[in-house]
Amino acid sequence: MPENSVSADLQTGSDKMVEWTDFERDTIKDIFSRIEYDVVGPAALARCLVVYPWTQRYFGGFGNLYNAAAIKGNPMVSKHGTTIMHGLDRAVKNLDDIENTYTELSVLHSEKLHVDPDNFKLLADCVTIVVAAQLGKEFTGEVQAAFQKFLAVVVSSLGRQYH
Amino acid sequence: MTTLTAKDKQTVKAFWAKVSGKSEDIGADAVARMLVVYPQTKIYFSHWPDQSPNSPAARKHGITVMMGVGDAVTKMDDLKEGLKELSQLHAFTLRVDPGNFKILSHNILVVMAVMFPTDFTPEVHVSLDKFLAAVSLALSEKYR
Repeated sequence: MPENSVSADLQTGSDKMVEWTDFERDTIKDIFSRIEYDVVGPAALARCLVVYPWTQRYFGGFGNLYNAAAIKGNPMVSKHGTTIMHGLDRAVKNLDDIENTYTELSVLHSEKLHVDPDNFKLLADCVTIVVAAQLGKEFTGEVQAAFQKFLAVVVSSLGRQYH
Repeated sequence: MTTLTAKDKQTVKAFWAKVSGKSEDIGADAVARMLVVYPQTKIYFSHWPDQSPNSPAARKHGITVMMGVGDAVTKMDDLKEGLKELSQLHAFTLRVDPGNFKILSHNILVVMAVMFPTDFTPEVHVSLDKFLAAVSLALSEKYR
């Protein structure tokens, strides 16, 4: 499967803490305080299912994903998109220990959901695009860098428990 | 992955018609973001006296890149042939690692989302992503 995403790869060993600058902390918290989870989540997940259609493999029970319009209007997609944003929220509230925060979720995605961890990066890129559209010009290069770093740590932590 | 359907081509052409008026700003912002978010890309610009993202050289480069993208839109039925000389330039003179094409493409998509939030729908996103991937592939054609 060719690589599709450009979210940075981060190595987070258990003895290495991710260091956040004040700007990064403030930026991440600010973004999450401003976006509407039940707008961004559904939009990001729907976009992922449209732009990277093979990700639909994980949503066989979601009903009609036949085309972009069906995906966007699918209530199960919307609900799950919101769930994902609340999952990200956990990392926002635990910036200094994202890895441990996501141990159970990582096991879940590996053992029960069997999600290819490369797909986390694809969703992360879609979250970036949707947040960029929401914030417009305020999504500067520096804000983008902080946000993508945050998502890269999340993605890395979600992949940690795979074996 | 990079075969453009008729629908992809139509979608990209229609979207490009809407946004090409701002192509200079799009290019400048995409390059600026690339330099900030992916600082390793600065190595290709060590010859610029001012490597900051909003320098005149960076802006000029963004304009150049987007002119290339606009040109590729007119050549999308045969990108390999149409971008032959640009591929030679990137392969033998510039020697840009092709992984960076993906990085710049991502930043072009981010800029589209920032500047055209309602027009940059998921349907447009997938076709444009495929198109930029096809352009990147054509640019890599002469590498080895």
